[in-house]
Parts: sequence; structure tokens; C-alpha cells
Amino acid sequence: MADLMAATGAQTAALISSGEASADEVLDFWLERASGDGLNGYLWTADRESARAGVDGSGPLAGVPVAIKDIFCTEGVPTTAASRILEGYLPPYTATAVARLNAGGMPMLGKTNMDEFAMGSSNENSAYGASLNPWDRGRVPGGSSGGSAAVVAGGLAPWALGTDTGGSIRQPAGFCGIVGLKPTYGAISRFGMIAFASSLDQCGPLTRDVTDAALLLATLQGRDQMDSTSVGIEGGISAPGAERLDGLTFGVPRGLIGQGIEAGVLARFEETLIKIAELGGTIVDIELPHAGHAISAYYVLAPAEASTNLSRYDGVRYGVRASDEDLLSMYEVTREEGFGPEVKRRIMLGTYALSSGYYDAYYGRAQRVRTRIVEDFRNAFGQVDFVVTPTSPTVAFELGEKTADPWTMYQSDLFTVPMSLAGVPAISIPAGLAQPDGGGPDLPVGFQIAAPAFAEQKLLEASFALESAIGFDGSAGLEGGLR
Amino acid sequence: MAGELSSILDHVDKLAEVDIEGVEPTSHVVPLENVLRPDEPRPSLDREVALSQAPDPHDGAFRVPSPQAES
Repeated sequence: MADLMAATGAQTAALISSGEASADEVLDFWLERASGDGLNGYLWTADRESARAGVDGSGPLAGVPVAIKDIFCTEGVPTTAASRILEGYLPPYTATAVARLNAGGMPMLGKTNMDEFAMGSSNENSAYGASLNPWDRGRVPGGSSGGSAAVVAGGLAPWALGTDTGGSIRQPAGFCGIVGLKPTYGAISRFGMIAFASSLDQCGPLTRDVTDAALLLATLQGRDQMDSTSVGIEGGISAPGAERLDGLTFGVPRGLIGQGIEAGVLARFEETLIKIAELGGTIVDIELPHAGHAISAYYVLAPAEASTNLSRYDGVRYGVRASDEDLLSMYEVTREEGFGPEVKRRIMLGTYALSSGYYDAYYGRAQRVRTRIVEDFRNAFGQVDFVVTPTSPTVAFELGEKTADPWTMYQSDLFTVPMSLAGVPAISIPAGLAQPDGGGPDLPVGFQIAAPAFAEQKLLEASFALESAIGFDGSAGLEGGLR
Repeated sequence: MAGELSSILDHVDKLAEVDIEGVEPTSHVVPLENVLRPDEPRPSLDREVALSQAPDPHDGAFRVPSPQAES
């Protein structure tokens, strides 16, 4: 039998269509791997029947199973968003993104662990215990799509679906040594994706390489009648094949990158810039004058939207009800017991920022700073084709290392939040390994590339050329997934 | 929790350094207006399905406890 472990998603699809492996063999192989999850990466795993329950079509990727972040509603399959308040919830419908994969003949391998309601940067906010990094199980896989990143990097799934609000695909992909793509806001339908911050949430792929990210995006993208903010990508997406970067300009926002970055991360970043130049690309310094304020603006806007979105969890229509005493205590006890500390923190922060008397000072001001950041990117893309940064200031940190102070944790998304506020697409590709400051094991470093809105094809072409030049070897991670 | 929230708000207060004079707020980054679909009836969730996940469905409705505790 073909070596399925060594194959990417695209290569597995080719093995199936050439007859070298059957769809049954492929599914059984990955179900077996997923059932040996040693990373707490899955909150639910499928069997042969449930994996194919929604599959009702065929396409070029037919037969290659996908791991799905537990934030996507899946009909009749437990969906919790890693929250106690949705324990036992069986959605009556399936998210459009998952339905599109199913319509392409792709089964669902399982539902992956995450930070509760996608609020977190380490997976430690899951109500079901943190997922672990396959490169070092004493460290976090990143978040919030930490389970999706861990199962792909740890060889427990060929590829996975995640969501990104302020970095939740890119940061865990960087921490786990895989590729993570946050498409342009509006590229993929959000229907059936449990809402956190609706003006920022976007679905995207976590994969072993850039080609896989492109192929999943090709299947996922498109306008959807059920999400009026979805517009799709004009012209669609095809597999990238660029080898050179001639004529392309990459802007480096030096003013942003100076802050709190580890020496090893900076070294891999600078080496990658040299590789870009070797491939014919031009590196220039640029300014994103307001990007340093992105985290502050984000932690007003995202909690404000979250406080509104999460008001639906009240113990009435679905999910857990914690008390039957009287109506008010039912609401209060249900939300008190159902939500974890970070979710409560953000609901309170958001409610405060939207409250009468503080609305202009917080929410209104943050919305205007967001405009400034949107303008920063518009100006930058007038000069350059891409903006590049390290994906995160650090490599994967230790479990518990940043839980004491929320603001320290929030800094993990320093380089990813600006792109989210601007709504532009951004990808993280592995740029090599580095030790954390102060010593420790060699861990993956992510390199982030951002492009103008809906320029995903161009972004994927450049990423593909750079990925080939870097030649990252993720095999040490693949060894670390099984119990 | 109160201390954490104060500390977060202290950081957020740095937004005051940004000049926002005359700047319009951004609530959404994709310029879309009046996205419409044909106004035609289409199937929706059956009542039974919609009620199937409720903690206390009763008689075709979502039942909740009384607004006042029984004395």
C-alpha cells in the first residue's frame, strides 16, 4: 500500500484517483490515526459511517478526509465550540464551509479542540483541556485553532479547517510548523460558523503545504445565499506553480517588528528575506504607522461584537440550562456555569465598551483607529505587492507560561491582528526552527505574508515559490501525534 | 477579574494617542450594500427540529421558568 503518512492532501487525492489507494483505505488509515490522538486535538472523532454522513458529491479531492474545528455546526454531530454551555448540542444543520467539502466528496475525520468560542491564543481556554503541541507536548499548539494545527502537524489528519478572527489560523500554524491561510474577509461563507466577532471571523485551511491550502480554498470559497457578507474570489483559485519572485516587492514594517521579538524568530525571519531576494523579489522597508495600536483596537472591537453574539446562550433554545429556579436566575446561573473565565472577561469588556457613556470613548474610537489601520494597508499596497512579518513574536510557549496575565497572552497576536482588522488575506508558512529565548528545544517559526483583498492567487503563488526555497522538514512533528 | 479588566482597559486607553479627527468609523471591510435575494418562500426548519435541542420544549414551544420564584 502507498505511504499515506508521507502524502499531502493533494498527493492522497492523486493516489485515490490513480487507484493506488482506495477511498476506504484512506479513510480507515486516518480514522485509525485520529483514534490514537495523543494531543487532545480532537473533541469528537468519526467512525466510517459518521465520517461520510454528509458526503453527497464528488470532486478532485474526493475521499481525502478533513478535520473540522469544533466551531462549525455539523448536523447531528456534537458541536461545542469547546464550551460547557454547548455540551451535548447537536446542530440541526451543517455549516456551508463543511457542506462544500462534503459536496466535493470529502469525509469528516473529527471535530478539533479550540479555545472556547475561539477566544484565545494557546488552546488553554478550552473547557475540555488544552490541546498539545506535537513538537513538544509541554508546549501550547497556539490558538484558537490549536486542535486543527496540532492534528495536522502531528499526523492525525491530512488537513483541517479552522477559523481566524485575530490570528487563530496563522498563529497555531506557525507554532506547529504547518501552513495556515486566513483568506480575505468575505471569501468563504460564515454560515453555520459559530460567531465570535462577526466583522472579523473568517474560515480557512490548515495544511502541510501551500498547494493543499490552495486546493482547499478553491473548494471552500464562493458566494453563499446564507451569508450576505460572502462574495467569493473572482476567477476562483488554482494550484500554484510559481518558482520565482521576479518583479515582486515585499514590504517589511520594521516599526512593528521591533517589539518583544525572540532572537531565534528574528533570525529565521531575516534568513527568509534573503531567500526572497535570491528568488528575485525586492525587499523594502515600509511603515504601517497605526499597526502598533491594532491589539488595543482589537480588544475593544472583538469583545464588543462577542458580547452581542454570545447573548444568545441563555439556556432557552439550545445548549445547557443550569437552573430552573426562576427566569432571571436561570439566565444567570446558566451563563455563570456555562462560560469559562476568558469568555466572561470578553463579554464584560465588550458590554462595557458598548455601554452608554463609554461607547464613543471605546467602541467609536476603536472603529476609527481601525479605519486608520485599513488606510495603512491601502497605502502599503500602493507601494508593495506583499507585507511580510514573523507570524508571532515567539515560538510555541510552555503550557501555563502566559495564563497569569491576559495582556501578555494577547501580544501573541501582535503581527496577525492588523491584517484581520484590515480584512486582507494572510498566510503563515514554516520558515525553519528556532530555540525560544533562554534556551529549549528547536521549534517551528512561522513567516507571514499578507496581500491585498482578494489577491489570494497571487499570495499562494509567492508562498509556493518561497516554500520550495525554504524546504522545511516537518517530519519531527508528524512523529509526535500518537499516544 | 476586576484587576485584569482594569489592566486591559489601561492598555486600551493608549488608543487616545491616535489622531482620529475627521476619520469615519469602520464597521465592515467589504463594501457591500443592499444584498438581496428573490423574495420567494422556501422551506425552513421544521418546528420539531427547531425544538429538538431545547432544554425544556413543551407543547410546541420553548418553556422557561416563571419570572418570579414560587413562594
